[in-house]
Amino acid sequence: MNDIPVIISRLSESFLINCRLFALTLLFSLPLGLLIAFGSMSRFRPLRWLVRTFVWIIRGTPLMLQLIIIYFAPGLLNMAFSWPGGTSGRFVAATVAFIINYACYFSEIFRGGIESIPQGQYEAGQVLGMTKRQIFFNVILLQVVKRILPPVGNEVITLVKDTALARIIANKEIIMMAGEYSSKGLIWPLFATGIYFLAFVGALTLLLDWLEKKLSYFRT
Amino acid sequence: MPILEVKDIEKKFGTLQVLRKIDFSLEKGETLAIIGSSGSGKTTLLRCLNFLERPDKGRIVVNNEVIFDAMDPDTQRESEVRKKRLHFGLVFQNFNLFPQHTVLKNVTLAMELLAKERPNYKQDKKAILEEIQEKGKNLLSQVGLSDKLDCYPHMISGGQQQRVAIARALALEPDILCFDEPTSALDPELTGEVLKVIRNLAERNTTMIIVTHEMDFARDVADRVIFMDDGVIVEQGTPEEVFGNPREERTRQFLTRYKENSGNGSQC
Repeated sequence: MNDIPVIISRLSESFLINCRLFALTLLFSLPLGLLIAFGSMSRFRPLRWLVRTFVWIIRGTPLMLQLIIIYFAPGLLNMAFSWPGGTSGRFVAATVAFIINYACYFSEIFRGGIESIPQGQYEAGQVLGMTKRQIFFNVILLQVVKRILPPVGNEVITLVKDTALARIIANKEIIMMAGEYSSKGLIWPLFATGIYFLAFVGALTLLLDWLEKKLSYFRT
Repeated sequence: MPILEVKDIEKKFGTLQVLRKIDFSLEKGETLAIIGSSGSGKTTLLRCLNFLERPDKGRIVVNNEVIFDAMDPDTQRESEVRKKRLHFGLVFQNFNLFPQHTVLKNVTLAMELLAKERPNYKQDKKAILEEIQEKGKNLLSQVGLSDKLDCYPHMISGGQQQRVAIARALALEPDILCFDEPTSALDPELTGEVLKVIRNLAERNTTMIIVTHEMDFARDVADRVIFMDDGVIVEQGTPEEVFGNPREERTRQFLTRYKENSGNGSQC
């Protein structure tokens, strides 16, 4: 069991859980965040109020707590809905919690980005007979993406490391796996997990730099 | 028959009355200059014509068709407004070009989006898009920018950007082209090239409304001049009348002040 290659392969395997959680969270929380951003900017006051309250609750409580509530609440409250049993249930619950949590953070970044685009850009589209939708997709969106790339990058990097929180509902991600060794007195696997995160974040940083360069052909 | 009739337009922002009893008309091919000090309501008037502001009172008639009537909500529906605003084009003080699109794309984008609504768009897509590209290039050569088609807005000067904006506004062939202080955001040495383009349009009998602080230019190019102060039209007439022989005391004061200021060169 203390064989180094075996430990490394088990750490790598468990890091795949972190990676999957990361990818699924990004995939769904980015579009959901945009929807929430629109809700929080809605001219319909009750909707705006509702959405902003929701964002306050999600941003105002620890993600760790949200994981616990989302996983255990259906059972404790005898809801008709329940998570599938075993590993997959825990993973799906964690993914849902992460998506909701990150969507709320993203929504605020999106809102800031959208509101930072000068009114003149909308007006230029309007006087050219564009619909609101056309203005958003053909004029506004790319400018927003360019502006919010740095803060979104921050969130994305935070997300990589936050995936380790999924162990609170017994998802056997990399730190939980390493913890099993350290509780038996073997400490280096825990230190080694840092290398996984560093490597992942390093690759992401390169990707984000590349994206930023891709969008540097215009200025807002 | 006038191409544009503006009847009794009023506009308030909160309790501030910005426009009062605005009445004027414009013949096809005419150039109208609107002058007046800052805060006199000139820009708000242009914005009302372009549906960027909604007047509280009054009517706007283009080619005998009522396109806006404050009393008739039917004329203010979003879907209606979108088509009707195409009667007007607007060139903004600070250009408002789309920074992520090339110069050519800035001019063609709206045409391309509108073309999608044509019934034959799907079958003739390629031909239609080619035609739009051609038209965009022609417009840009008209404003002297044939060599900048693939540039992005930040790569060209302010004067060039404003010329792109003019080409963009011309692309949809508005009945009336409006300019909101088109040279105010430009360095003095760049105003000339923009004014030249506008002068050119005037010579080709483009119907235009120009809000401007360039008095000499207004006097030279306009067929008619409106002087506004404090939200009302104080005086209107030919440039000779308004500049040469103003009837109203307020007009005289404004013109005197303007001459004094420009005589001293740029002060700040």
